[in-house]
Amino acid sequence: MPGNRFNAFTDYGIGIGLRAPHYDHILSRKPVVDWFEIISENFMIDGGRPLHILDQILEQYKVVQHGVSMYFGSAEKPDREHLRRLKQLVERTNTPWLSDHLCWGSVDGRYTHDLLPMPYTFEAARLTAQKIREVRDFLEIPIAVENVSSYAEFHVSEMTEWEFLIEVVERADCGILLDVNNIYVSSRNHNFDPLTYINSVPADRVAQIHIAGHSKFQKYILDTHDHPVIDPVWKLYDRAIQRAGHTATLLEWDDSIPSFQEVHREALKANRFLESKSLAVAV
Amino acid sequence: MKLLALQRAVARAVMQPLTRSERMQRKAPGGGRMGAYAARYIKRNDRLTSFERLEIYNRQYWFRVLGSLAEDFPGLRAVLGGQRFEAMCKAYLTECPSRSFTLRNLGAQLETWLGQNPRWLSDRRLLALDMVRLEWADIEAFDGQAKPALRSEDLREVDAAKLQLDIQQYVQLLDLHYPVDDLLLEVKHGDDTPDRASNAVQERRKRSKVRAVAKLEPEQIFLAVHRLDFSVYFRRIEPEEFALLGALRRGKTIERAIELAFRNTSVPAADRAAFVQHSFQTWAALGWFCQPEQTCAGTKSAKKEHGSKS
Repeated sequence: MPGNRFNAFTDYGIGIGLRAPHYDHILSRKPVVDWFEIISENFMIDGGRPLHILDQILEQYKVVQHGVSMYFGSAEKPDREHLRRLKQLVERTNTPWLSDHLCWGSVDGRYTHDLLPMPYTFEAARLTAQKIREVRDFLEIPIAVENVSSYAEFHVSEMTEWEFLIEVVERADCGILLDVNNIYVSSRNHNFDPLTYINSVPADRVAQIHIAGHSKFQKYILDTHDHPVIDPVWKLYDRAIQRAGHTATLLEWDDSIPSFQEVHREALKANRFLESKSLAVAV
Repeated sequence: MKLLALQRAVARAVMQPLTRSERMQRKAPGGGRMGAYAARYIKRNDRLTSFERLEIYNRQYWFRVLGSLAEDFPGLRAVLGGQRFEAMCKAYLTECPSRSFTLRNLGAQLETWLGQNPRWLSDRRLLALDMVRLEWADIEAFDGQAKPALRSEDLREVDAAKLQLDIQQYVQLLDLHYPVDDLLLEVKHGDDTPDRASNAVQERRKRSKVRAVAKLEPEQIFLAVHRLDFSVYFRRIEPEEFALLGALRRGKTIERAIELAFRNTSVPAADRAAFVQHSFQTWAALGWFCQPEQTCAGTKSAKKEHGSKS
């Protein structure tokens, strides 16, 4: 599948997150990797080593930006300084699309630095979509919003999580970064069928897919990105690409990070599923 | 319920300090029971109560922000000791929660806040304040802006009476009461050793840090925290160099900066020209000089301040 308007009609293959412990390996060995995803906030700075490393990576690899603090769902205006710095970085990386989370994390200018779950209300969907549009108009690139893992649900919710996601992306006319691990984690925490979620998502809006590992506790699952991807998550991934076709896929590994080779090997397992899908048919 | 009201209520609970045993408090923000507070907003499920579900976020918040400060201020932690450092961080974050999209700026107000709350510094007040200044300077030097540097040849045949130079934003000038640069390097060296070190090794390392703090005697030093080849260095400088660089940064002409630098000096008059020449050559070689920003009238404009990134 040649991509869609939410990922600038690209065909990016399988990437991994660019993380500091792998810098030396990547720059010295120059491994073949389809693309790297960077955490935008790590590079929204004025100078120094992080930007120097990024510039070297950009000389050889395709890079896509992924943010963790835009907080589309926070009931406050986007931070102008944040937007200014983000745009500078977008101009530096030429990222074809940009993603951040469908969540909130700040209120009255105070930041929790967490991805807090949304109340699934029509008011929240309207405000969130409006903010996504504002950010996209400022940055002038396609935006994809990522479903988060969650551990709490609000009484005020008026719809399911996937109905809320659809409400937001259609109002904002934006893409989806479908995190299949997050769907799995939330499905276990909130007792829903993850396949119902995946089958409900508008496949033509899926710009990118995230896969990752997580940690199981006695009463809930935590999205920790510190383990390999488990089989049930691979099955969800299989179903996602059955519907969305060959989609840019990214393995996240953020804690207890193993060697570059191990992370890359884990990401390339996605090929087992991608290679068996010749054509995408959304059903 | 309106989105803003819900988010304010949840954020208040999430950002409320944990108990000593790192659990969510039983008392809700503003009084009342946290169990009832959580149940007003959050559903329970077959395994977790509303309280327990909210507590996951409460704990994640504190583990994240405390971990970030511990990572950024290992020297201050060594000076205060682990327990006092953590208690101080909780008080700081309760009064000064993050107002930036990036955790990089979490400690931006710490020096000012500690100055206003010296009870956290016990008998090592000056030492602790020096350390927090050095560690924040380290952060600023690591990723501060680097403008195109002026080299020695750019400075030849300049009119010192008129010329202004700017100092790179990443060069941080510190006037300190203690040689905390040595202490911080010792602390960081200890932290660089492998994570798999045994408990005995870790205990020895901890005792070594305590000894290093205890034996540190006051000694005024002047320090330039700067960056070279993308690594941060602590460079001790003479008082005259500190004064000269500071005057240049404040927008003084080279001639006036030199006058100010030697106002209270022990450098003999006959040696000053050579001192200045050597200093300028060194700083130019390090890339510390850059062109000042021009205003509409062609004069120096206001410099970007550290606080502007907070």
